[in-house]
Amino acid sequence: MSAAVTVTGVNKTFASKKQTTIALEAVDLEVAAGEFVSLIGPSGCGKSTLLRLIADLDAPTSGTVQVFGKSAKQARLDQDYGIAFQQAGLLPWRTVRENIELPLQLHRVAASARRARGDELLALIGLGEFGDRYPDQLSGGMQQRVAIARALAESPKLLLMDEPFGALDEMTRERMQTELARICADTGAAVVFVTHSIPEAVFLSDRVVVMSPRPGRIREIVPITLGGAQERTEGLREDAAFFAGVSAVREALHGGTPTALGVDNR
Amino acid sequence: MTARRIVLGVAGVILLAVAWELYKALAPADGLVIGGLTVLPRTSDAAMPHLWTMLGRALEPVSGAAGSPLLVVATLQAAAFSLGVAGVGLLVGVVVGVGLAMLMQRFRTAESALLPWIVLSQTVPLIAIAPLVKRWGATLHTESFRWEDWMSVAVIASYLAFFPVAIGALRGFEAPDAAHRDLFRSYGVGWWRSFVRLRLPASVPYLVPALRLAAANAVVGTVVAEVSIGLNGGIGRMIIVFGQSGSADPAKQWSPIAGAVLIGLVAAGVIVLLGTVLRRYRRAEVTA
Repeated sequence: MSAAVTVTGVNKTFASKKQTTIALEAVDLEVAAGEFVSLIGPSGCGKSTLLRLIADLDAPTSGTVQVFGKSAKQARLDQDYGIAFQQAGLLPWRTVRENIELPLQLHRVAASARRARGDELLALIGLGEFGDRYPDQLSGGMQQRVAIARALAESPKLLLMDEPFGALDEMTRERMQTELARICADTGAAVVFVTHSIPEAVFLSDRVVVMSPRPGRIREIVPITLGGAQERTEGLREDAAFFAGVSAVREALHGGTPTALGVDNR
Repeated sequence: MTARRIVLGVAGVILLAVAWELYKALAPADGLVIGGLTVLPRTSDAAMPHLWTMLGRALEPVSGAAGSPLLVVATLQAAAFSLGVAGVGLLVGVVVGVGLAMLMQRFRTAESALLPWIVLSQTVPLIAIAPLVKRWGATLHTESFRWEDWMSVAVIASYLAFFPVAIGALRGFEAPDAAHRDLFRSYGVGWWRSFVRLRLPASVPYLVPALRLAAANAVVGTVVAEVSIGLNGGIGRMIIVFGQSGSADPAKQWSPIAGAVLIGLVAAGVIVLLGTVLRRYRRAEVTA
């Protein structure tokens, strides 16, 4: 089976009248099927841009992006990935169930099959009783869960997530991370996950891609050996291996120089 | 809440009636004239009939001729006729307005090319286009089709109605934010399905107020165009004709004026009803 994502020699520049910004330079990355990879780095390091290239929401200036051995565009048209953004982006005029079923409806899945899949996903995200509510009746965390269910609607083998928990409070955030780990264990999908938070990246990932800004580059890829997705449970947050992972990523982020304690521990 | 609003609405009407009668009772009969200029209107029975005189007159026949219908019946018939014409005008206006907005949303160049003309179109006075519309319509005669005057009136009503719809719909179609557009792009669906599932529903909060304006414009356009075109049977013509018999029968002309107000209320009510039907699309957008 081919890799979920293969990024080869990708450059991305944004040209405006005044100047050219190099968003990504010489980026190579491979994400294996079923693997959880986080992209982390300071603002402007191009992590969201990289995700958008994989999603074919933008095109690279040079280099190639392949998803399951196809071009990113073909993969998008074939619905090989599901996507979730920092804003849940639910359609306010649709109920929770209708939001989850949106991609199925757009791709002309029969109503009965749609309904069955909707039930499954509502159960998966634990919002079974909220199917008929509207997004504005839900908390931020619930909305984000609905967005994740919507991304999973067509059972993609790849999930692209751009800081999906970035707008949530700390406690909701940790609960959502645990939930996402469980969902990944259930679905076996590969995930490319953009985040600002070191503990979040370490808790969820098989590998953490550390990026640096101006120009956006991959500085280091830190392997995290905390076991499969089914072992990523609350207890892990107290584990010595978890802290070791956090330290390793933090050192990579700061270019190997030792840093003071009490760095962003979100 | 609803009961409170109804009470306030009724209170507003009563207040207006009381103000009318109070002014009539208290102000001088020849109005207030300062230096040859009438600052306040005359309160004579010819200028300001009592409300009950107007009501009483409405319940009498239109004229002394045999078989003449009651004034209120004739007024309601004329109002219904004008409302129908205004409805056709509004419908055409909505189709044209939404169509133009779709075109402008789809093609950026169309927006640059059309929008200035759309804005400019509203600066042409209605009186100027009425004869043009009538003349152009007259060239459309065929064996089976005859251009009627009421069609000219409907076209003019639509000319006034399409404008707020085009502007409101365009804003609405462009309301979805970047995240929603990205999402639909990720689904790989074309413009049309994105339009139906995203842009159109997202435009409802902009469309409903635009329709309210359009409905009012269509009614005003119809009443005025009836006069300009010289169309009989509607409320506009009735106001003019009865107005000419003003001094002899001053209460008479107030019936068609009330009829015009009634048309406006019905039109506004229809839009309110539509807004209620579409309320699920008007839920406030909430960001996580």
